Amino acid sequence: MADRAALEDLVRVQGERVRGLKQQKASAEQIEEEVAKLLKLKAQLGPDEGKPKFVLKTPKGTRDYSPRQMAVREKVFDVIISCFKRHGAEVIDTPVFELKETLTGKYGEDSKLIYDLKDQGGELLSLRYDLTVPFARYLAMNKLTNIKRYHIAKVYRRDNPAMTRGRYREFYQCDFDIAGQFDPMLPDAECLKIMCEILSSLQIGDFLVKVNDRRILDGMFAICGVPDSKFRTICSSVDKLDKVSWEEVKNEMVGEKGLAPEVADRIGDYVQQHGGVSLVEQLLQDPKLSQNKQALEGLGDLKLLFEYLTLFGIADKISFDLSLARGLDYYTGVIYEAVLLQPPARAGEEPLGVGSVAAGGRYDGLVGMFDPKGRKVPCVGLSIGVERIFSIVEQRLEAELLYKKNPKLLNQLQYCEETGIPLVAIIGEQELKDGVIKLRSVASREEVDVRREDLVEEIKRRTSQPLCIC
Amino acid sequence: MADRAALEDLVRVQGERVRGLKQQKASAEQIEEEVAKLLKLKAQLGPDEGKPKFVLKTPKGTRDYSPRQMAVREKVFDVIISCFKRHGAEVIDTPVFELKETLTGKYGEDSKLIYDLKDQGGELLSLRYDLTVPFARYLAMNKLTNIKRYHIAKVYRRDNPAMTRGRYREFYQCDFDIAGQFDPMLPDAECLKIMCEILSSLQIGDFLVKVNDRRILDGMFAICGVPDSKFRTICSSVDKLDKVSWEEVKNEMVGEKGLAPEVADRIGDYVQQHGGVSLVEQLLQDPKLSQNKQALEGLGDLKLLFEYLTLFGIADKISFDLSLARGLDYYTGVIYEAVLLQPPARAGEEPLGVGSVAAGGRYDGLVGMFDPKGRKVPCVGLSIGVERIFSIVEQRLEALEEKVRTTETQVLVASAQKKLLEERLKLISELWDAGIKAELLYKKNPKLLNQLQYCEETGIPLVAIIGEQELKDGVIKLRSVASREEEALSPLTCLTGFLLPAEPGLMTRRRHGRSAVEHKMLIPPCPSFLARWTSEEKTLWRKSKGEQASRFASAELSKLSEESGTHTI
Repeated sequence: MADRAALEDLVRVQGERVRGLKQQKASAEQIEEEVAKLLKLKAQLGPDEGKPKFVLKTPKGTRDYSPRQMAVREKVFDVIISCFKRHGAEVIDTPVFELKETLTGKYGEDSKLIYDLKDQGGELLSLRYDLTVPFARYLAMNKLTNIKRYHIAKVYRRDNPAMTRGRYREFYQCDFDIAGQFDPMLPDAECLKIMCEILSSLQIGDFLVKVNDRRILDGMFAICGVPDSKFRTICSSVDKLDKVSWEEVKNEMVGEKGLAPEVADRIGDYVQQHGGVSLVEQLLQDPKLSQNKQALEGLGDLKLLFEYLTLFGIADKISFDLSLARGLDYYTGVIYEAVLLQPPARAGEEPLGVGSVAAGGRYDGLVGMFDPKGRKVPCVGLSIGVERIFSIVEQRLEAELLYKKNPKLLNQLQYCEETGIPLVAIIGEQELKDGVIKLRSVASREEVDVRREDLVEEIKRRTSQPLCIC
Repeated sequence: MADRAALEDLVRVQGERVRGLKQQKASAEQIEEEVAKLLKLKAQLGPDEGKPKFVLKTPKGTRDYSPRQMAVREKVFDVIISCFKRHGAEVIDTPVFELKETLTGKYGEDSKLIYDLKDQGGELLSLRYDLTVPFARYLAMNKLTNIKRYHIAKVYRRDNPAMTRGRYREFYQCDFDIAGQFDPMLPDAECLKIMCEILSSLQIGDFLVKVNDRRILDGMFAICGVPDSKFRTICSSVDKLDKVSWEEVKNEMVGEKGLAPEVADRIGDYVQQHGGVSLVEQLLQDPKLSQNKQALEGLGDLKLLFEYLTLFGIADKISFDLSLARGLDYYTGVIYEAVLLQPPARAGEEPLGVGSVAAGGRYDGLVGMFDPKGRKVPCVGLSIGVERIFSIVEQRLEALEEKVRTTETQVLVASAQKKLLEERLKLISELWDAGIKAELLYKKNPKLLNQLQYCEETGIPLVAIIGEQELKDGVIKLRSVASREEEALSPLTCLTGFLLPAEPGLMTRRRHGRSAVEHKMLIPPCPSFLARWTSEEKTLWRKSKGEQASRFASAELSKLSEESGTHTI
């Protein structure tokens, strides 16, 4: 058995080596060589009868929520839902799976991360990848042209996530979207307002909302001389600027993606800029950019947006950032992403790092992809990254937890202490004779006799918060 | 194209005929004949290129929830969750899929209804079929021997359900379970108490809870002479007694399942009995049944259970019913099922039929199937059939033509003239920051009539109107949509305080400093609070209107607390 364990270790190590080489895109011969070694080792191992037949675990990338984690989840959802309702949103729900074809062609390269259901006869199905595409399908199917709704549900991605950092294959999304043809930037500004309200209420630290516009990006690429075919791939390089330096991004553009160095430099001059409404005004004067129709439209809308955000009192939280690109194919106008400014880690905690906690944007074309006649319904929305927020709140609660020495008590009283039940109704023989119940406060240990018929009222009185303090 | 449509109709009709025959178990020849006709028709139809390439629908057996349906769902869940919490339950959640092997061998024949995920590399996965097996896996994995928890989530079954009757392939279960080694029948009695509390609170009509015990069934089959190998299949015949007559059940037992007629008759003498604790006592005296160890245990426990149920005041809702069998393999002791006594249908409604709305029982062996050392954790629990309940409540609301609000917006911020967008945005931002539920129309210059109409349509009770004159006077006009009364309020912070009571907790996030006035605004709804204000505060509250203002304000306040939420069911 010991030999077998050693052999299993070898197989594991060799397997990792092969995966590593594949990731580094090593040469085919090298990979083949290492795979051959792996197969030889596996052959030595023989059939795996030795293993326990039953593995007790949740599927990769998923987790159970314990009662403690559920308490955090409920608290976070309460804040988010009450904000969505404050802004007059309705709520909908959709099935966890959709027809496979509903999801096809909506996520670009990421489509490979979609979970498919097995073909067991009948329709081909896939688990939902986000809540936006099901929402667009819902609008088209019900011929709705107007709705403000929120939707909180789990979505599924066959990713290789870092679970310690709050990333899972099954995870919650909290989406708020406004669909309909309205005067420009009014719904967009409300989305940003909602984002700021929620992040402030959650008290997870200082944050900044980066804002950009797809049309400005496209216009900028055009005037810098990026060929149309390379817009998307250069876009995804630009998107990395929040993690790596401009030099590295430039190297990727020129080295890997074959952009001319002077084109890259022109992009660099733009995308390294960020600021407030003054930057918008400056770019509106930019001799080249202002000549591009798309960019001009985007900049004009951003200017209006900043006006509204000032009236909403949140302009100081917003940064116009030309490097914000957002991966998803379906965005057509304003895009935004909220990042935490300071890691909320304290002494002894694993730092969660800064990063995106909410994001969204305008997608005016998606519903039209579903409508039989291609009728468009303009939409703008946001999604709160609650899993990261759960992690932050959970870590904080752990740090704040105070351990109390447990005094020795009767089992029933001890149970109250452990679970935090504030009151004990004690029935004793004497009390029965007297027609009373002894009500004990767990915290103060005070005991009073309460008449049996008054007990319900008394417990209600003691456990409810005073309704009127005047 | 018209010909094609006619042909498609024929195919549909013929398809229904075939399915009908199969259901009636018609002869093989007859079915074959009709299938041949169907295939011929389909051949005439040819390949279906004519159809649109993209089908805009949800998968078979699933549905979206509209805002209206969500309102019903939230109401029903509120009742259920508050009951579970009242009984001290914690809450957990598990992934929507499990390792395939986790579900294997837990559901007997029904396993064929499990949804599998495609093998895309990595683990083999299946969607959860219920919440009980994931719960048992959770207990074993975390080595828990003690928990009282609830779990509300969707489960998945590749069934062919009648969706009109509230049955879906994706549907909610609301489970409550007590795990742990306790004195007999105490957790079991609490489960039945919970079931009764929930069904009473939901007010979906009169109900009865049938109770039986697996051990009594097994003991009864043994003394009647049913061979061990036939226990399960005879059990499932017995379970049909709530839908068909004893004669039909007997025919199935004898004809299809090969039971001797006299054995079936002996079973019939038992399973047609139901009653209260007196039936338990009668069977405890039954010369044969009382000799069977298993049956005796079951009857003893039921007697104790009835004692507890009497103390809980619900014995009159309970019927000991020897025909209750429950399909699932994992039950080991007490089992129960709640049925509605009267169909809740009224004139003009499609009757939903009577049927099970909640069920559960004791399963002492399931956790042991997961534990590496086979350690057992006794469990007892219940599951509320919420989809049926949703249907009943939805139908009732439709019949009453009751208007269900799908938002909670308290006030619409409106303008009386053009060019007041800035003022509207400033005011609504202040209201949001103070925790008021507020909306505005996304138009630069909306017409007042359109704004008022929006309130009527969506049920928003109040409109805060900004006008040029009001701006000069430093007031806001607050209009009640229902009564059309209008009142000028000032300054803006007073409007905030006026509306605040509906959601007191959010006041902590105000942007303004906490003045004495605002401090008072933290006070929850209480019509008398105006009387306590200082004269200075009163001046702030109503500009110049005298006594009328405060009368209006308190009337509005009490109305607000009624109107701010959705209507009760």
